[in-house]
Amino acid sequence: MSQLTGQQLVEKALAASTADGCVVHVVESTEANLRWASNSLTTNGAMRSRQVVVVSFVDGGAGMATGTVARTGTPDVAELVAASEQAARDAGPAEDAVPLVDQAPPGGGDWDADPAETSIEVFAEFAPALGEAFGAAHDRGELLFGYAEHAMTTTYLGTSTGLRLRHDQPTGRVELNGKSTDYSRSVWAGVGTRDFRDVSVADLAADVERKLGWAQRRVDLPAGRYETLLPPSAVSDLMLYAYWTMEARDADEGRNVFARAGGGNRIGDRLAALPLTLRSDPAAPGLEAAPFQVVSTSSGSASVFDNGMATPAVDWIRDGVLTNLVRPRAWALKTTAPAVVAVDNLLLEDAAATATQDEMVAATDRGLLLTTLWYIREVDPQTLLLTGLTRDGVFLVEGGEVTGAVNNFRWNESPVDLLARITQVGRTERTLPREWNDWFTRAAMPPVRVPDFNMSSVSPAS
Amino acid sequence: MQPRDVDESFLALPLSALTEAALTRAVDLGCEHADLRVERIRTQAITLRDARLEALATGEDLGLAVRVVHEGAWGFAAGVVLTAAEAVRLAEQAVAVAQVSAALATDRVELAPEPVHQGAWVSAYDVDPFDVPDAEKTALLTEMSERLLAADGVEHVQSGCMHVKEQKYYADTSGTRTRQQRVRISPEFTALTVDRTTGAFESMRTLAPPVGRGWEYLTGGHRDWDGELAELPELLREKTKAPSVEPGRYDLVVDPSNLWLTIHESVGHATELDRALGYEAAYAGTSFATVDGLGSLRYGSELMHVTGDRTVEHGLSTVGWDDEGVEAQRWDIVRDGVLVGYQVDRNTARLGGMARSNGCAFADSPHHVPVQRMANVSLQPHDHGPDLDGLVGGVERGIYVVGDKSWSIDMQRYNFQFTGQRFYRIEGGRLAGQLRDVAYQATTTDFWGSMRAVGGPDTYRLGGAFNCGKAQPGQVAPVSHGCPAALFEGVTILNTVQEGGR
Repeated sequence: MSQLTGQQLVEKALAASTADGCVVHVVESTEANLRWASNSLTTNGAMRSRQVVVVSFVDGGAGMATGTVARTGTPDVAELVAASEQAARDAGPAEDAVPLVDQAPPGGGDWDADPAETSIEVFAEFAPALGEAFGAAHDRGELLFGYAEHAMTTTYLGTSTGLRLRHDQPTGRVELNGKSTDYSRSVWAGVGTRDFRDVSVADLAADVERKLGWAQRRVDLPAGRYETLLPPSAVSDLMLYAYWTMEARDADEGRNVFARAGGGNRIGDRLAALPLTLRSDPAAPGLEAAPFQVVSTSSGSASVFDNGMATPAVDWIRDGVLTNLVRPRAWALKTTAPAVVAVDNLLLEDAAATATQDEMVAATDRGLLLTTLWYIREVDPQTLLLTGLTRDGVFLVEGGEVTGAVNNFRWNESPVDLLARITQVGRTERTLPREWNDWFTRAAMPPVRVPDFNMSSVSPAS
Repeated sequence: MQPRDVDESFLALPLSALTEAALTRAVDLGCEHADLRVERIRTQAITLRDARLEALATGEDLGLAVRVVHEGAWGFAAGVVLTAAEAVRLAEQAVAVAQVSAALATDRVELAPEPVHQGAWVSAYDVDPFDVPDAEKTALLTEMSERLLAADGVEHVQSGCMHVKEQKYYADTSGTRTRQQRVRISPEFTALTVDRTTGAFESMRTLAPPVGRGWEYLTGGHRDWDGELAELPELLREKTKAPSVEPGRYDLVVDPSNLWLTIHESVGHATELDRALGYEAAYAGTSFATVDGLGSLRYGSELMHVTGDRTVEHGLSTVGWDDEGVEAQRWDIVRDGVLVGYQVDRNTARLGGMARSNGCAFADSPHHVPVQRMANVSLQPHDHGPDLDGLVGGVERGIYVVGDKSWSIDMQRYNFQFTGQRFYRIEGGRLAGQLRDVAYQATTTDFWGSMRAVGGPDTYRLGGAFNCGKAQPGQVAPVSHGCPAALFEGVTILNTVQEGGR
């Protein structure tokens, strides 16, 4: 096989295109990971891959049609382009057809540079520190489980309208789960990172050790509504689900929680009692994400016609009021509303909030402090009622102090409802969503206080 | 007609040269075991919104992976360049990863022995979906969607079909050489109705499960698609007008179209030995069904007989050999209500004291390491069990549950909550119209312990999913579950509107 560069593949595919329009992405990926269980490394790996995606646009007379074909490695470009054009010719006119983007967005990157890479060496300092943590946990009679991953993707996007855009995306995460040897106590700490230079195994291990200490005293509590402190990770998993549901078209068609009875959507409605802002920003420090859109296939929330479109910072909820929903250009034209693009990060904040989680605990007379949420699934799209479990640490707070660990619960709650019921938020900090970190790691959230979180039943799991 | 060997275009890849290069290098570097996988996975997803094509995307993932056991530690490396030089590089990289691991690993990898296998296996399908022109596939899905959209009361239709063709070559240092090809398909149609004045909306989806078949699943008389599409609008209309359920305890008759998912979550995952041993403890979770309960844990009522297999025709996790070269098998997991078996791979078999793996290693792509994944885990029907009318006839006050929807279960597989596509009130042994806002919630052993009747063979159906998730980095696996309809006594029913605090 030839050793064409990603940029050469893009140019070759665009040159081979005989369609009315063409978009090519080449995504170069490298990834390294470590996994461990019971103070011992288990499955580990290093991966290298390249994906080539060709989207062809063909005007069959009745409107522009599209077809997408993807291959890994260094495919036969002529064959790939031909297959994509055939797929477009076979498809009927696309509902989301608009002219391709021809204005270069800001932050389009250095097209000519080699792709960025990672390797197992990224763990050069992390791995020995992890080994030390294993030893210390072993000495305390505790077990560590977890996972560390670092991935680097370089995306080259070229279009027949002349765009040549490039983005390097580092993505890293660490999860550390500590258990007693009988598994009856279980706690978690996690963090997202761009490069592992800011990851301290010692800090994560100390967090785990502290929580395992809290769990020395066990308290059984029944199902019910409890005053509950949700830490940033738990808040992020709930807010992400709400974010993924923020499709303007679904709302306009009356089929999601952001639909307005009587027609239209709920933009302008107050969702949160507190002045909370839910926003995305590709330039958010430490959470940097692609400043332009890369879309392989169209859906209600993204369009292949919008490839290369700038993804500026956007407020989804501003000062408690629903402000924006995700809206591709075609739906924006149809509804005379602004086109709004989803960004691969999410922040929730109250600019005036200063309390730390520990300060919020200290201000709690009696309540629950959670660690993470797990197995979150949608129960009722009408209200966005979700169900899930608490996991790895439900702590009882009495008189401003953690006094023990409580059994886990199954909960039923809607993140949209919760926004209205949050009575206090703390200082926003970077966090790792526990449930969704396979897909989404760039989040910053505050801890929040909910006076009446619905713990629907007891889970005997630990 | 079903092919008898893997497509020539895959066999034409330099499989022998890659094998020679990778395995020779691994042996030279002192590996106890090494294997090579070469995989080509074709995927096509066609989605339609309101009977108009929204996206048609075809992907092909071709790559190779080398996995080694070196001085008792795993090493794995994957790439996409199919040359002998790259195979050698991957073998060296896999050994390097094993050496990094060895310093931090206390658990020595040893693989349970397996006879040497050489051969080809192809799944049971007639029409390769990738041989059917895109225009023909899209036209059929459009026509079916239009029919649904034209019905009274149906405001929107979400539909689509995903199909996958997986070709896999496996070679290891014991001499096993296998080549396989399997095809699967997942068509779905959902009708949605919206009440503009109240803002209420409701949906209902076809019950047809994903299966290990080809395009003939949509065209060949295996399923009454016309009948199912024709009845959906009226069923949806009835659902929107149905009364909201009164929460409490009810006897449930659970249709196989719903029960398969409950089996998946509460039996399938709970009897994976890697979970029971703690390998998934930080992510997918552990299991209440711990190893000390093997042979004694009362899982459910005496009517409960659950098998694991990788052999059932059209099953989604059916293979000829798994990704460690282990031959497909069938075995008991729960017999007479007692836990008697686990799903294992070659390393966990040895850890569990078993002489042989039952063939549950699977990697979802050439880029991922094989992990222990689910067999087709199925509840066996009772030879002389009742039919559906017989099951319903035995219930004074209950609910009949049809189709899967929302699902969630805890990390030890105790506490679960499920909803469905539709729920019928049972009164005096007869169905008495639909209910809405229903969810059932239970603890696994309580639920299976409450199983009072198991349907006969004529109620047995295969359900399944394409997207079962496990492991880090995350992998998805397809799996089927067969089951009859069954009766469960005194199960907790929630009202989901009340749960939402309204």
